[in-house]
Amino acid sequence: MDFWLTEDHEALRDGTRAMLADRFALDDLAALEPSGRPIHAERWLTLAGTGVFSLRTDGLGTREAVIVYEELGRHLVPGPVVGTHLASGLVEGASSGEAIVGVLEPGAEVTIVEHATQVTHLLWFRGDQLVLVDAHRLDVEALPRPLDALSPTARCLTPLDGVGQVIEQGAAVVELRRVGVVLTAALQLGVALGALELATAYAKEREQFGRPIGSFQAVKHLLADMLVAAEVARSAVYAAACALDGAGDGRDAGRAASTAKVMAGHAALLNGRTGIQVHGGMGFTWEVHAQRFWKRAVVLDASFGSSDDHALAIAGAL
Amino acid sequence: MDLRYTEAEEAFRHELRAWLGTVLRDVPPEPPRDDWAGRRAWDTAWQRTLYDAGYAGINWPAEYGGRGATPTEHLVFLEETERARAPYVGMNFVGLLHAGPTLIVEASDHQKAHHLPGILRGEHVWCQGFSEPGAGSDLASLRCRAVRDGDDYVISGQKIWTSFAHVADYCELLVRTDPDVPKHRGITWLVLPMDADGIDIRPLRTMEGSTEFCEMFLDEVRVPVANRVGAENDGWRVAMTTLSFERGTAFVSEMLQTMELCGDLAALARTITRGSATAWDDAGLRRDLGRLAAELDALWALTKRNISEATRAGLVGAGGNVFKLAYTDLRHRLGEVALHLLDRAALSIDDVGELPTGRHVQGRIHGLSMTIAAGTTQVQKNIVAERLLGLPKEPPAGGR
Repeated sequence: MDFWLTEDHEALRDGTRAMLADRFALDDLAALEPSGRPIHAERWLTLAGTGVFSLRTDGLGTREAVIVYEELGRHLVPGPVVGTHLASGLVEGASSGEAIVGVLEPGAEVTIVEHATQVTHLLWFRGDQLVLVDAHRLDVEALPRPLDALSPTARCLTPLDGVGQVIEQGAAVVELRRVGVVLTAALQLGVALGALELATAYAKEREQFGRPIGSFQAVKHLLADMLVAAEVARSAVYAAACALDGAGDGRDAGRAASTAKVMAGHAALLNGRTGIQVHGGMGFTWEVHAQRFWKRAVVLDASFGSSDDHALAIAGAL
Repeated sequence: MDLRYTEAEEAFRHELRAWLGTVLRDVPPEPPRDDWAGRRAWDTAWQRTLYDAGYAGINWPAEYGGRGATPTEHLVFLEETERARAPYVGMNFVGLLHAGPTLIVEASDHQKAHHLPGILRGEHVWCQGFSEPGAGSDLASLRCRAVRDGDDYVISGQKIWTSFAHVADYCELLVRTDPDVPKHRGITWLVLPMDADGIDIRPLRTMEGSTEFCEMFLDEVRVPVANRVGAENDGWRVAMTTLSFERGTAFVSEMLQTMELCGDLAALARTITRGSATAWDDAGLRRDLGRLAAELDALWALTKRNISEATRAGLVGAGGNVFKLAYTDLRHRLGEVALHLLDRAALSIDDVGELPTGRHVQGRIHGLSMTIAAGTTQVQKNIVAERLLGLPKEPPAGGR
């Protein structure tokens, strides 16, 4: 047993981090918000070019994928990075970045689609069937004020009966959805870490009562809680990736994936809101990035099953 | 990054499991909770059994009589002994996990030869005399005074939380040898024989009703200078070496028991009726238990991360504090779900009739100690924030 990053993993993480720092600076992303089209075509091709979407179909594993997706989450990379990754090998152009593939998550009352005006396709996990939907065939109405401005939303007006075609079914679909759950959890882990880093830097520099606010125990404890949540989530996400790669501890892979989603979802939401709290009044402004982490955390908790859904699934097997 | 055990690790497990299968048949039933003499005999007999089979001091270096196992083998050892319901380390805890490792690093050859075999063979039980009524989180402010008189130290003061002091043979004792220097620099580490004159031990009853903790009063107790480990006034550093022995395995047995407790709670909920349904029909309860189960699985994975880090780097980094903070907090929440589920059956510390509720109530009470023992959650959070996140220290009291 060696449950630690290998040297190759560290190199992969560092390389991804450097690419993202260069191409996905938060200030640049925020500048894209007013357009309602935050997926920048050229940068999307950069992601594809570095193998973000194709790394599993290129022969790497879920472990490598979560290392990359953790970094995407830390940088709040916008767009359906999980859907496009799952579509690699199934949808023409997904690997190369020419196709932008979202995920269709029908709701009981209303179906909300993310990035509706920029995606080319949508994947719909319907039980053990995988349905591919041509995004241009869906009639959608953009919602003028999406919760997360970097995840624009639209309401789907087209009835979903008979939409799209089944492109895969059976155990492979269940397994593919599991990868989607774990990659979403990896994004959540990254969001939790990004929020922590931003808040920690602020607590060191912001002074009140003549000293950095990070010297007060009340503030320290908030940041310690964030670190604990993120590190526990990291263990769950990496363990789930091992399980999906056949390198697990023998526990059920579905349970491991749900565990990752529950723990990373908790960490992202907790760190999102605590990050705002640490920033004080400025945390409530549009300008400061703290809010963006919390908003993304909410978006991701509503993707591939909420924390509650996964907690209930785990309980079902207790 | 791989959670699978290697062939060698599985072979170790296989051999251990086979041995446990044969030897546990001859272990007598565990003595009652407050039969201290009986428990001492039982705990030390098990230690002797481990010793005879070559499993004593599983993580101790082979040159000092240990097995020299890897951290992962230590994990497997704890998994298997827990699975087989073998006796827990019990009263051998301080000797095997605190005093022994400290002696291995810091003691003279003579001291090692004198003490280490007794710990491994289960001949000597050790206790720990660190905390005092006035020195808890701020341990270095301890005041138990040792004054040099010829070849002896003469010690007077009071210690608290001294588990098993009433049945121990030796105590790893921290004393103040220089009151006139900064607090960390005037402390000395001594081996106190518990049969020395002037020691008065009084049991301290906990809120669980147990008396494993003691208060220890020392009144001009004479301890030979030869019993000092390390230099005079260097005891703080000596005491801290214990920490460097931690390989991420400290909570493994606890964790396995808590996972079982969580599963038992789900089973219990299926049998408890609420109106026309069972408690398990309550989606809120299922969600709470599902989350707790997820958290336990995540912490089990974190345990393996910490053990893997210890294997690679020789010691556990941030993960040790993170684990303790998360696990002890979880114990509160699990305990609260349990009490909520048990409702009025929680009003007894023991099982009520046929209902197996006692372990859940006892678990809930025990959980209350866990965010305090071995470094309170609040102190741990300061450590995490300052050492891992690099936040500035709070200015010292007094405004400077």
